[in-house]
Amino acid sequence: MVDLKTKIGNLVMKNPIMTASGTFGYGTEYADFMDISQIGGIIVKGTTLNHREGNPYPRMAETPSGMLNCVGLQNKGVDYFVEHIYPTIKDIDTNMIVNVSGACIEDYVATAAKINALKEIPAIELNISCPNVKQGGMAFGTTCEGAHAVVEAVRKVYDKTLIVKLSPNVTDIAAIARSVEEAGADAVSLINTLMGMAIDAEKQVPLLSTITGGLSGPCVKPVALRMVWQVSKAVSIPIIGLGGIMNATDAIEFFLAGASAIQIGTANFIDPTTALKVADGIKNYLERHGCSSVSEIVGALKVG
Amino acid sequence: MKKHLLDLTITENRFIGENHILMKLTSNEKLPGVVPGQFVEVRIDHTPTVFLRRPISINFVDYKTNELWLLIQLVGDGTNHLSTLKAGDVVNIIMPLGNGFSKPTNARDKVLLVGGGVGIAPLLMLGAELKRDGFQIDYLLGARTASGLLLLDEFRKYGDVYVTTEDGSEGETGYVTNHSVLRKQRYARIYTCGPTPMMKSVASFAIKEGVDCEVSLENKMACGLGACLCCVTETSVGHKCVCSDGPVFNIKNLKW
Ligand SMILES: Cc1cc2nc3c(=O)[nH]c(=O)nc-3n(C[C@H](O)[C@H](O)[C@H](O)COP(=O)(O)OP(=O)(O)OC[C@H]3O[C@@H](n4cnc5c(N)ncnc54)[C@H](O)[C@@H]3O)c2cc1C
Ligand SMILES: Cc1cc2nc3c(=O)[nH]c(=O)nc-3n(C[C@H](O)[C@H](O)[C@H](O)COP(=O)(O)O)c2cc1C
Ligand code: FES
Repeated sequence: MVDLKTKIGNLVMKNPIMTASGTFGYGTEYADFMDISQIGGIIVKGTTLNHREGNPYPRMAETPSGMLNCVGLQNKGVDYFVEHIYPTIKDIDTNMIVNVSGACIEDYVATAAKINALKEIPAIELNISCPNVKQGGMAFGTTCEGAHAVVEAVRKVYDKTLIVKLSPNVTDIAAIARSVEEAGADAVSLINTLMGMAIDAEKQVPLLSTITGGLSGPCVKPVALRMVWQVSKAVSIPIIGLGGIMNATDAIEFFLAGASAIQIGTANFIDPTTALKVADGIKNYLERHGCSSVSEIVGALKVG
Repeated sequence: MKKHLLDLTITENRFIGENHILMKLTSNEKLPGVVPGQFVEVRIDHTPTVFLRRPISINFVDYKTNELWLLIQLVGDGTNHLSTLKAGDVVNIIMPLGNGFSKPTNARDKVLLVGGGVGIAPLLMLGAELKRDGFQIDYLLGARTASGLLLLDEFRKYGDVYVTTEDGSEGETGYVTNHSVLRKQRYARIYTCGPTPMMKSVASFAIKEGVDCEVSLENKMACGLGACLCCVTETSVGHKCVCSDGPVFNIKNLKW
């Protein structure tokens, strides 16, 4: 008998599949297509301390086997989330996780503290790919010191499961992972989007309003797998792998590289039911390989 | 309205002119009810370049034959791939999406439906439903040249059809906003869909004349469900999603 139940820190999940922040709304947008409570975890939109209008249109460009986006964290702020959105999602019978972003450490801390008080939110995912406006706009997640500082500060006010989402736009992701582990993270998730760019050759203009944006979809999968593999050699906290997962085989590859759970992002746009199909496919794979749980294949890659 | 993820079977897929197709699809089950102006997201598989679904307006739903009609202009790989599909092929579709047009308030109102290029697509079903509900409707349809004027016989079932072409090959010469009917008739409401410059000039005509006006926008979309926030347009109350708050907006709420 295969059991897909998975634990990440204190977070207990029906299966190791989550939906990625920014690609699944608040979950409710997808409820017509399936029973969303059957997904292991739903990571809702990036939430910030204050309301953000996000970037101007155009915010999206299709690219070979993927897409670029520059949504720019449009959201109504944490207080609006607590008052108006939380009541509508708190009874969904799965792990509803909030993705937290900020422009300075104080913002992250204030936002995390407010979400800590919400009974039905068992975890947060800290998005450290955001630019630090007080320090010249360099993303927190691109230096060990920046990543360490923000995680350490949030850890002090947040006592549930703290997942830190790593940026792939760095030279040594394993070093960043080690510093967030040291700062008290319960798990890391990777990867966020890769910086990219697209151009309209005829009109000689960029396709995104912000010129550069974040690349996602199957085109980033090899980079994501490589990073999960490197991070799995560097830390002992659980890893949540994502980047370009379209089906169960892709998910299995992430487990083999060292991930304990995975997230589905851009694939939700092509098939809104991907998360549940991946859960079925993983079950089927484990049965075929005589395994009873995902943990048996985590990091089981055979090398040399 | 509940959204459905459906595998629909093509019953007919034919070229209309050189650059457009009319695709009709059906299902074993009854197609969901739709509001004119809503759209579908079509999944396109087996092409090397197309990754995301493609948003296409609902041209018509024939509830008697249980058929969905899509009027598609061939612009890139996705739409060209759709033109190669044959009767019997299956297409995965999410529908219905978006808000759709609203009905005029006064039963005796005369309304104008202005379409340009493939933007005429959603106006067919809108006209059919408005006529059914007793409204008097005129169509004003524009294209670059006569071969771009599509499905005119279908439109004539529901109202008087006035046309313009930029090269004068059919109807009056020029843009839709130059048509003489706009000086002769008085409308209680205008609906429009087409290229943005056309819709903007229809909107400024409506503002000048003090006529209520709804436009249907076509922003680039990723999810079509209001989940990703890629498709926003600026409104008087900040960014709104064209896919879920629209695609139809009253011009008084847009920053036009
Ligand atoms: C709500 C909505 C309803 C629509 N209804 C219809 C419809 O009923 N019939 C129809 O034919 N098309 C409709 N469109 C436009 C249609 O979605 C695009 O033409 C299609 O996605 C192009 O796909 P492609 O792969 O063929 O071309 P791509 O390779 O994606 O693009 C080819 C070229 O077309 C341009 N293009 C792509 N998308 C659009 C767009 N949305 N508007 C203008 N130019 C574009 C690109 O910039 C590029 O230059 C609608 C769009 C929206 C958002
Ligand atoms: C439209 C869009 C919006 C996103 N918004 C966020 C966000 O708010 N916070 C975040 O941490 N990641 C965000 N992401 C990144 C995804 O969660 C994910 O890390 C990335 O897309 C890679 O996974 P994928 O290839 O499976 O999509 C966004 C991605 C997309 C495509
Ligand atoms: S396309 Fe995703 S929100 Fe509109």
